[in-house]
Amino acid sequence: MEYDGKEILVIGGGIAGIQASLDLAEMGFKVHLIEKDPCIGGRMAQLDKTFPTNDCAICILAPKLADCARHPNIKIHTLSEVIKLEGEVGNFNVTILKHARYVKEDACINCGECTAKCPTKVPDVFNTGLQFRKAIYLYYLQGVPSVMAIDKDHCIYLTRGKCQICMKTCPRDAIDFNMQDEEFNLNVGAIIVATGFDPYDPTPLTRLGYGRIRNVVTSLEFERLICASGPTKGHLERPSDKQAPKRIAFLQCIGSRDINNNPFCSSVCCMYTTKEAMLAHEHDPQVESYIFYIDLRAAGKGFQEYIKRGSKEYNITYIKSVVAEIEEDEDGNPIILYEDMGTGELKMMTVDLVVLATSLLPRKEVNKLAKVLGTELDEFNFIKTTPFAPLNTTKPGILACGCARGPMDIPNSVAEASGAAAKAAEILRRW
Amino acid sequence: MSNKEVRIGVFVCHCGTNIGGVIDCPALTEYARTLPHVVFAQDNLYTCSEAGLAQIKKGIEEYNLNRVIVASCSPRTHEPLFRATCQEAGVNPYYFHFVNIRDQCSWVHMNEPEKATEKAKDLIRMGVARAFYLQALEKNQVDIDPRALVIGGGIAGMTVALNLANRGFPVKLIERKDRLGGLLNDLNKVFPTLDDATKLLEIKDQVLEHKNITVFTSTMIKDVEGYVGNYNITITKGDEEEQFKVGAIIIATGAEVLEPEGLFGYDGKKVITQLQLEKILKEKTLDAKNVVMIQCTGARTDERPYCSGICCMVALKNAQLIKELNPDAQITILYRDILTPGTEYEKFYRDTRAKGILFLKYSPDRPPYVEEDHVRVLNQFIQKEVQIPADLVVLSTPLVAYEDSKNLAQLLKVPREANGFFLEAHVKLRPVDFATDGVFICGCAHWPKDINDTISQALGAASRASTILAHRTLEVEGAVARVNEELCVGCGICMKLCPYDAIARTEDGLAHVREVVCKGCGLCGASCPEQAITILHFTNDQILAQIKVLMEGE
Repeated sequence: MEYDGKEILVIGGGIAGIQASLDLAEMGFKVHLIEKDPCIGGRMAQLDKTFPTNDCAICILAPKLADCARHPNIKIHTLSEVIKLEGEVGNFNVTILKHARYVKEDACINCGECTAKCPTKVPDVFNTGLQFRKAIYLYYLQGVPSVMAIDKDHCIYLTRGKCQICMKTCPRDAIDFNMQDEEFNLNVGAIIVATGFDPYDPTPLTRLGYGRIRNVVTSLEFERLICASGPTKGHLERPSDKQAPKRIAFLQCIGSRDINNNPFCSSVCCMYTTKEAMLAHEHDPQVESYIFYIDLRAAGKGFQEYIKRGSKEYNITYIKSVVAEIEEDEDGNPIILYEDMGTGELKMMTVDLVVLATSLLPRKEVNKLAKVLGTELDEFNFIKTTPFAPLNTTKPGILACGCARGPMDIPNSVAEASGAAAKAAEILRRW
Repeated sequence: MSNKEVRIGVFVCHCGTNIGGVIDCPALTEYARTLPHVVFAQDNLYTCSEAGLAQIKKGIEEYNLNRVIVASCSPRTHEPLFRATCQEAGVNPYYFHFVNIRDQCSWVHMNEPEKATEKAKDLIRMGVARAFYLQALEKNQVDIDPRALVIGGGIAGMTVALNLANRGFPVKLIERKDRLGGLLNDLNKVFPTLDDATKLLEIKDQVLEHKNITVFTSTMIKDVEGYVGNYNITITKGDEEEQFKVGAIIIATGAEVLEPEGLFGYDGKKVITQLQLEKILKEKTLDAKNVVMIQCTGARTDERPYCSGICCMVALKNAQLIKELNPDAQITILYRDILTPGTEYEKFYRDTRAKGILFLKYSPDRPPYVEEDHVRVLNQFIQKEVQIPADLVVLSTPLVAYEDSKNLAQLLKVPREANGFFLEAHVKLRPVDFATDGVFICGCAHWPKDINDTISQALGAASRASTILAHRTLEVEGAVARVNEELCVGCGICMKLCPYDAIARTEDGLAHVREVVCKGCGLCGASCPEQAITILHFTNDQILAQIKVLMEGE
């Protein structure tokens, strides 16, 4: 272990940040893993299964979460963000703001007594608002660290000064309402940005009816709807009447490949949509799916075979088309108006449920982060990296990997995260 | 068997609804409590969560458990985690037994929940029977040689070598051609920057001059022996042979461009490949006004079902370059799906369209037809056949695996997938590892990919290799084969069968297992006619106990 004593900062606790941290920790570096949410896991934790193996996402992610938590060289800082950076490569001084959890991480045993008693219901962000959680909550079932957090914007005591029921219920005295946000400094030699993506919100595309037509959902909502640990316990129901949908339409390139919106391609939607259509069919063999696409982009290992399997064995029909708009009939069924690019005809199709394959966007906070770090963004607002040195940002000593620098799938994010770890190690060797 | 009382704990996992939605987990837990030597049983929503693992440790501590059974998803993903948890709580990891009630019960019998629950009970009863006979095993320590072998001197191999060398690891870089650079040597310009390919080859000098890198060109691997941390490599250059030791091996052997014999009238003159076009553009000898490019030539077919990923960008790049040389050129790209994922490539596609290059989608059922001075193709949108004038037809052919990559695969004992590309340990979360420890993969030998992805993946492979090379010693599997020399007759069957080359002959002619190489696969044990080989952790006692309680029923 030749790197003992040198420290590295990894920003973002999704699969990319986790892989970078694990590799660096195995090489012998001390890693500080910064996560803004109460638990690490990121977007992958929200997915039901993953293409092209249809492995359950959390089942293959959970061991890595536990490895991170157990590794003596990794220190996880949740509810944290970077607010200041000074110094230069080899010697960065970073100021971290850690928001108060109001729960002592070393005391909470995640028994759930507090959430059972907490009187305040809050839309559950992890489940894309499809269900409510309490103001004291576990971010998600398999989350690491597996301890509660209090949502200070909704907690009755923290907003109005009365309640403290959780404190009275907790068998471990783990609740601490006096906890304050705190700032602390770290000295690190290199920084890896692995902040991931935000999904596109299709509300502004009014012609597609998202938010107006209840049976139009986004792909991330669909992941939660079909997931065993999601709000419907894995029973696929459409929002309007809780009926099981039999005909599902998937619309591609929502918010992407659109010069009026985001011009870029999100790279992963053709594949994740095929996966979602397969899963729907696995849940109910009567399900038939229609995928409305522009180009089918499936270049990764086994991807073409996956799509072929989808159309042969899972009742999936791929329609090269341009969708004009979605209307709704009196039973709440969405009606899709589209131009079939195979024949040039204008057509209509009534389905039970529409899933919008929303694009992968830069994180909302990325402008602020880039400013703090002093790195540039590209014209699409992703972290700018260098051609043929794809993990280098514009600032020496700061690397980027995964969706922070552009949309990509999990294997690429993992390979890049390892790559960023190798680059960081190379940098520290020189300093 | 030690005389110590056997105290078994059983943890039944709901895995959310993956298991709990089908199988009656509380009933299973109740059942486990009735089995011999089980002193504690509990069901958890997610046994692998931090809370679930804490419950295992608590159970070990409070009930003084010395055997632990988890009934859950699959040992493939979770056995290491539960073993480590046992070890942390002071129980030898080989006292852990995995009962697979997800893959083997709730998933395969999801429509028969009662029978699935009964089967899960059988499996738990068998697990408890085996756990009684489990033995504590120790993991061997092996020394790690800090040097790395990189096979392939293209951009992938050079990137791996430089990263490792800059970090102080000595690297041996082997290239079978007479110079470094690989496919890049044959390219004109690279997308999306349109830089000269030679610019990317400047890295060659750094590699050649680096004090930690030894470059061998015109060199082949002849033999590989050994195991993670300790490989003995024999290379040949002409008649000369050389041997050295390394701790890790990275495959970066690349791929080659398919030559489309018999497709679309390919003749290498008027119907050429994109690679041949690169040469023409490099030499500035292009003489064609009407150019038609045909995408997916020899790709996405029954014979070669995959998409090569880079050919669309190659075509777009070359179309732009032709247009730059000759603004009057008419270029048409016949495609099936335009593959320009991500931010930069999609922009490049839009720019290409804006430059007046035409795109026409064709269907594989009605492929284009190349004739003397034009290409005929069905325009699907208007449902009419059109004729496109062509003085030059350029075929976009996929990258294909080198035919002889199977030899390398055999030498290194690593698998390839159906198209001949090397197959990693897990396509999602272990994209550059092999199941065999100590060997890694990157670049186009793994799968066709562009230069940027090749570079980041190469760095990824360097990282993974260094997680081994940075250690002085490594722990290897304790569940290995062991030969009873009293019974062995030296027939040699096991030596021939062992896929890891782990069994050697002693001076007395008997079989001897090199335990650090052995993976405990059991092939030798199952085949030994004298039953002289025991597979530790899968002993006859353990397996027969399982069969016995299965036959006995509840």
